Amino acid sequence: MSDAQPVVEALGIHKVFGDLEVLKGIDLKVNPQDLVFIIGPSGSGKSTLLRCCNLLEHPTKGVVRVVGEEITAKGVDINRVRQHIGMVFQNFNLYPHMSALANVTLALRKVKNIQRSQADEMAHRALTRVGLDDKATSYPNELSGGQQQRVAIARAIAMEPDVVLFDEPTSALDPELVGSVLGVMRELRESGMTMVVVSHEMRFAEEAADRVLFMDEGVVVEEGSPEQVFRNSQHERTRSFLSRVTEH
Amino acid sequence: MDAFLDQFFNQAVMAKYLPDVIGGLWITLALAGLVIVTGILLGLALACLRSFQIGWVNWLIVIFIDLFRALPPLVLLIVGYFGLPYAGLQLSGFAISWLCLSCVLGAFAEEIFWAGITSVHKGQWEAARSTGLGFSQTLFCVVIPQAIRMTIPPLTNRTIAITKNTALASVVAVQEMLTVAQTSLAYAANTSPLTLAAIGYLIVFLPLVILSRWIETRFAWKR
Ligand SMILES: Nc1ncnc2c1ncn2[C@@H]1O[C@H](COP(=O)(O)OP(=O)(O)OP(=O)(O)O)[C@@H](O)[C@H]1O
Ligand SMILES: [Mg+2]
Repeated sequence: MSDAQPVVEALGIHKVFGDLEVLKGIDLKVNPQDLVFIIGPSGSGKSTLLRCCNLLEHPTKGVVRVVGEEITAKGVDINRVRQHIGMVFQNFNLYPHMSALANVTLALRKVKNIQRSQADEMAHRALTRVGLDDKATSYPNELSGGQQQRVAIARAIAMEPDVVLFDEPTSALDPELVGSVLGVMRELRESGMTMVVVSHEMRFAEEAADRVLFMDEGVVVEEGSPEQVFRNSQHERTRSFLSRVTEH
Repeated sequence: MDAFLDQFFNQAVMAKYLPDVIGGLWITLALAGLVIVTGILLGLALACLRSFQIGWVNWLIVIFIDLFRALPPLVLLIVGYFGLPYAGLQLSGFAISWLCLSCVLGAFAEEIFWAGITSVHKGQWEAARSTGLGFSQTLFCVVIPQAIRMTIPPLTNRTIAITKNTALASVVAVQEMLTVAQTSLAYAANTSPLTLAAIGYLIVFLPLVILSRWIETRFAWKR
């Protein structure tokens, strides 16, 4: 695996907002079919790091490569690059004026220029994968939070991306709806999707993650297998964070 | 009471001047329709242009809308009608009214659309851009449709308020409904033609109000 080309490779990422340095030199390497799990306290820069990977934020310093292409280089067509990087957001961000199907087909048709009939077919396949093909004609407001998030996942995977970034995909959900979304993510992982997940679902990380990164104050404090980070962490900061999030 | 009825509902007078008032009604209707279409399209176009955040373009837009929101429509009509010929531009009263009122509606509509565009959640932009949609594609496919739905109630109110100013076109010799009613009133020495005009305005604007209610419910979605 180690000699395969990484899907995402971020090197020396710095991000400064005003005079606040949010990321202080982060390296992130995601190999094909890996699930990298990122944990850390609020404000540690997890979202910012993910958003640097598809340039929703531009790193102040550092290089991001996606499947070998340096996307932080000047003159790169960012819209072309982004269709290979899916993103799933905490608040779903479905388009409220469109049906579930239209939410999924929009980028297929406008970015990939796929004809309507074929795009519909691809969208139905993606919705089937998240178990919601029967909701294809429903509007977001007619769906539960968990269903909305699964449609958002369908929207991301329908583009057949090289990697999907998840930013706290279950944090806005009622506890009883979390399982359905994690189930879909587990299925994606088993089918070989490369994923970067920011989340507080430690149990999911333990069973599904290949690697766990613990971030604090803009640096990666610790990194390793779930076993290493959760059971055998080397740093006091990691241990105190873990005890805080797992005690309830 | 009879004096009142005779003054406002004199059937003989009404019958005599009805054709003239209907003639005026068509003019009012045409002017109102044109103003609504051009004004709203102008406002929408300016709001879209403004989203591109090009420095000097934004300045021009802001100057334009502030100007047309600040000046009373009546002043615009008079300046346009009596002033533009000196600038070598001779336009009919109808054209001047159309132009001025469209600009006024366009200015207000731009502000309303702009408010709608900026109130669309940032996450909508990010979701669309993250799938590879460009700025304009996101604006037109994702943001504008949502902005329009949000702006329908304030926009309809503003549109109705400004379109009623078609009555001001009487000062620049447009034979719209109020002008006709006033002329008839002078000839007949009776105010019944005004009653006709009032009914005429109801016929023009009431459907607009009802239409706006229909659009509001038709395009509403629960949050
Ligand atoms: N666009 C921005 N402008 C200014 N500051 C920002 C911006 N985005 C993020 N920040 C700041 O950067 C820091 C890190 O934010 P980030 O959202 O990456 O943290 P996080 O680890 O994802 O936290 P959380 O768990 O709460 O989501 C925070 O202090 C935040 O206030
Ligand atoms: Mg975050």
